[in-house]
Amino acid sequence: HSKSNELKEEITRVLNANNPHAPKNLVRYSFKEHFYKPVTAVDHLAVHFALDGNLLHKDSEEARRLSLFQLPTGMAAVKNPGILIWTTTPVEDGGDSEETGDEDKPRSASSKRRKREAKITNQFNFSERAGQTRNNPSRERSCQTEPPPRVTFSGSVNQWEIYDAYFQKMQNQDIIEKRKKSTVEKKDDFDVKKKMMMELAKVGEVAMIIERMVIQNTMDDIAQDFKYFEDASDEFRDQEGTLLPLWTFQYEKARHLTVTALCWNNKYQDLFAVGLGSYDFGKQEGGMLLFFSLKNSAFPEHIYSTASGILCLDIHPQLSYLVAVGFYDGCVAVYNLKEKQEDPVYKSTASTGKHTDPVWQVRWQNDDMDSNHMFCSVSSDGRVVTWTLVKNELMSSDIIRLSVKGAPSDGSDGSQLPVISHGTSLDFHKQIDYLFLVGTEEGKIYKCSKTYSSQFLETYDAHRMPVDTVKWNHFHPKIFISCSSDWNVKIWDHTVNTPMFTFDLNSPVGDVCWAPYSSTIFAAVTIDRKVHVFDLSINKFEGICHQIVVAKKTRLTHIEFNPIYPIIIVGDDRGTVTSLKLSPNLRKKPKSKKGQELPKGSEAEVLKMDRLLSLLREPELD
Amino acid sequence: MAEVEETLKRIQSQKGVQGIIIVNSEGIPVKSTLDNQSTVQYSALIHQLVMKARSTLRDIDPQNDLTFLRVRSKKNEIMIAPDKDYFLIVIQNPSA
Repeated sequence: HSKSNELKEEITRVLNANNPHAPKNLVRYSFKEHFYKPVTAVDHLAVHFALDGNLLHKDSEEARRLSLFQLPTGMAAVKNPGILIWTTTPVEDGGDSEETGDEDKPRSASSKRRKREAKITNQFNFSERAGQTRNNPSRERSCQTEPPPRVTFSGSVNQWEIYDAYFQKMQNQDIIEKRKKSTVEKKDDFDVKKKMMMELAKVGEVAMIIERMVIQNTMDDIAQDFKYFEDASDEFRDQEGTLLPLWTFQYEKARHLTVTALCWNNKYQDLFAVGLGSYDFGKQEGGMLLFFSLKNSAFPEHIYSTASGILCLDIHPQLSYLVAVGFYDGCVAVYNLKEKQEDPVYKSTASTGKHTDPVWQVRWQNDDMDSNHMFCSVSSDGRVVTWTLVKNELMSSDIIRLSVKGAPSDGSDGSQLPVISHGTSLDFHKQIDYLFLVGTEEGKIYKCSKTYSSQFLETYDAHRMPVDTVKWNHFHPKIFISCSSDWNVKIWDHTVNTPMFTFDLNSPVGDVCWAPYSSTIFAAVTIDRKVHVFDLSINKFEGICHQIVVAKKTRLTHIEFNPIYPIIIVGDDRGTVTSLKLSPNLRKKPKSKKGQELPKGSEAEVLKMDRLLSLLREPELD
Repeated sequence: MAEVEETLKRIQSQKGVQGIIIVNSEGIPVKSTLDNQSTVQYSALIHQLVMKARSTLRDIDPQNDLTFLRVRSKKNEIMIAPDKDYFLIVIQNPSA
């Protein structure tokens, strides 16, 4: 219903001339009255369409003017005056061609028209002419900026690269933290230099290993012999054995020197130290400390040249980088292989109580109560001294002063001048810490104790010439060996003051040493170029190997067993060290009888020696 | 450093050593005792070989790294010591 109502409703609309979009509230500032006034007169005109016409009134001035030019009379006014095309007959007026259609032309044209009003252009014979000014040739000009530097970067990421990156970052952080802690300021350029050195040093390490490889290749046969060769002929030889020469170690600058000391490194068993000096006391020409490795026989691992000749050395059994050295001039020194310096880290001086005569033997001791490292030395001045490594100094204390008369004198009372006994060798007991032996130039051996400095525990009338070496057995606690230039090697029980065994080697004996693998085997060198090996359990009277190992006019001076490999090294007076492999007969283990259980290791070795000793004693008992 | 130089000299003087090349980590030879052509050839080829060997090892265990590479051939042995910054290559004829 409502819908019909709505439809019926009337709606009134009023049309007016007001523009609905015109603004109604315009104001304008009146400068006269100084306030805004509303503008009442707003333009309500809206143009929706505009077109300019071109019709002219026929009677108007302009139309008439135009009609003058235009076509014959009677024609209507020009319809389109805005467009003019200039046409001329080519025959009559060629010069006109220059004119081009321009806006201002009608006037000039009109004057011309006037002259030839009568003429009417031929509708069919006219041509249109147009001209154009010359166009400036277009020229292309361009320039390019320099391209910004570009780098092609490509990379792959995998697990290990990520690991490396993190690892390096960690290290860098550590370094930064350390630097923060240490307030010491270092100059940058110094660091750079150091870095360079480090980098080169890295290659150096690698180069060293390559050198070993190359030498392993060139000396492959020796390396194979060292590892695998066992002299098969030993089986047919009953007891005797042979020595197979392996590498020889030589350093060019040490050729004029004599090998005066040899010592294996306990930790790195391919490494050994060589002390070089001279036994000719009229001709001392300095010395040298060399470290050779079996892995590189061509060149030493470490080289230290010394002003005075070296006479003895010892490598610390646990701290294998510490090396104690005794010199001809009476000094003792300690070298540290970890330090990259030419000089020893410790050296005794006159003020710290150095020896006044050549030092003949040094031996490392167990650390003292404050865990300072200690070693002992013996010298021809008759003193046995312990040296303690304190900070950067060597502290000395005399253990004993040796004198010829049974009891050693204090040396303090000047009334009776003691005749000093010149110590030439020294060895500490393997188990009993305080017990030690000293060999002397007079041929006597003294058994001493660190706790009794006033007297000897025992005196052995051992040799008629200086005692070159005295050494405790590795296994048996009672046995020691001694050798001398009087051609003799003697084996002692320290509880008895006569030798258990005496061997005459027909030549001055330079050095003797026990085998580390058997209590009954020892080896000696004599200056007639021979190495002698004895095994008491096999032959109590003769050696089982006597072999010349070096060229003529060479004297052997020292010998040492390797702690684990079946090889020995011997030094001579030409600065050369020769390594030799012991054939199977020279390292026999006791045969195990069936059904009988043999004790193992060191116990077995002690037993073996004991059995020997008992055999010796039995006739005495009778 | 003189010490390195000396070591290299000693290596060169060893029996059968045909050449020593030091190559940087990009495979560019830094020092060589061989002629130019073979130096370039060796260093480029061995560089690739070492990178491959190293990545093989390290893909197996990232904490591991290649320390040495010895290539034994009919005619000679090539010993390569790769380092972080440099490779040291030595060519030796062991039976010479």
